[in-house]
Amino acid sequence: MARIIVVTSGKGGVGKTTTSAAVATGLAMAGHKTAVIDFDVGLRNLDLIMGCERRVVYDFVNVISGEANLNQALIKDKRVDNLCILPASQTRDKDALTQEGVERVLEELSQDFEYIICDSPAGIERGAMLAAYFADEAIVVANPEVSSVRDSDRVLGILASKTRRAERGDEPVRERLLLARYSPQRVERGEMLSVEDVQEILAVELLGVIPESKAVLQASNAGVPVIMEDSTDAGQAYQDAVARFLGEERPHRFLVEKKGFLGRLFGS
Amino acid sequence: MNFMRYFTSQKKGSAKVAKERLQIIVAHERTQRDGPEYLPMLREELLEVVRKYVQVDQEAIRMELEREGDYEVLELNIMLPESPARHQARAR
Ligand SMILES: Nc1ncnc2c1ncn2[C@@H]1O[C@H](COP(=O)(O)OP(=O)(O)OP(=O)(O)O)[C@@H](O)[C@H]1O
Ligand SMILES: [Mg+2]
Repeated sequence: MARIIVVTSGKGGVGKTTTSAAVATGLAMAGHKTAVIDFDVGLRNLDLIMGCERRVVYDFVNVISGEANLNQALIKDKRVDNLCILPASQTRDKDALTQEGVERVLEELSQDFEYIICDSPAGIERGAMLAAYFADEAIVVANPEVSSVRDSDRVLGILASKTRRAERGDEPVRERLLLARYSPQRVERGEMLSVEDVQEILAVELLGVIPESKAVLQASNAGVPVIMEDSTDAGQAYQDAVARFLGEERPHRFLVEKKGFLGRLFGS
Repeated sequence: MNFMRYFTSQKKGSAKVAKERLQIIVAHERTQRDGPEYLPMLREELLEVVRKYVQVDQEAIRMELEREGDYEVLELNIMLPESPARHQARAR
């Protein structure tokens, strides 16, 4: 049986797809057979971030509707063993995803994979609800900014009440927070919510803090999940987050700005 | 370093404001979401009772539900208007 993990946020553009690509790649690199599914029907993006956009033949909706089987639609990653991508459909029909269809695909994937990562669309409409519904665990991605934090809290409420686990009265979905686009410098200046502030408000376990980083755009330009860029801050922060996800204890490395002696003295 | 941080955060404290606003709205939304269904009605009726004695506005009653171990605490705050000085001091 696979563990199903939803990467979700409520608010759009906070880093869900970046995170889904990084976490899926990280889990696969650690030797776990992993599939990552793009639930953003109509706005396929994960394929670009994973660098496999030209290899898409069939998609998630094709599999649900029976036009293709799962093996025809799954794209095997060329760089990392154990990693497959199931791209979203570009159809404009929002009802193309059905609960039964999603369940069937997840069940079939569960036979072969250890982890299934569901990259949720923004919002709390059908696609987002379905991405979360079957989850065993959730990575809630937030940015240190008021509307993102508020939306995260709403999403935590949904995970606690609108998932299969909640409806069945099973053990609740395990929720963890990933704070992305963090700028220690701005936090220090009092311009940005700190990780402690966000944790105090949301009261949820912290999986990791990803710094605001140029490396993320660069990696997406190249179609390489940023976690593979070993020498970058964001890449290392994602590596730490995946290690923590797998139960390792690691200190949070990117919470303070690296500064010279004078900078430290004057706090600028 | 801490000394400097104290001054800089005093000067530009927009993050502090953000945190306070979030704490209030999140607590409010959680109460609405997780609270018992009778809560809005209770709130309306309480407002009516209070208004028999003092004129307060809609926002004067704030309810927050807090979970403490096995039981829940419903925290009720009624802001009274008559003494502006005290009112201000209590309003966060
Ligand atoms: N840590 C980071 N540092 C800098 N930029 C980032 C970081 N994380 C994400 N971004 C940028 O933010 C933008 C949105 O990221 P991404 O597509 O992962 O978000 P999303 O939550 O999946 O968006 P949507 O809600 O539209 O699906 C991208 O341009 C990405 O490069
Ligand atoms: Mg996305």
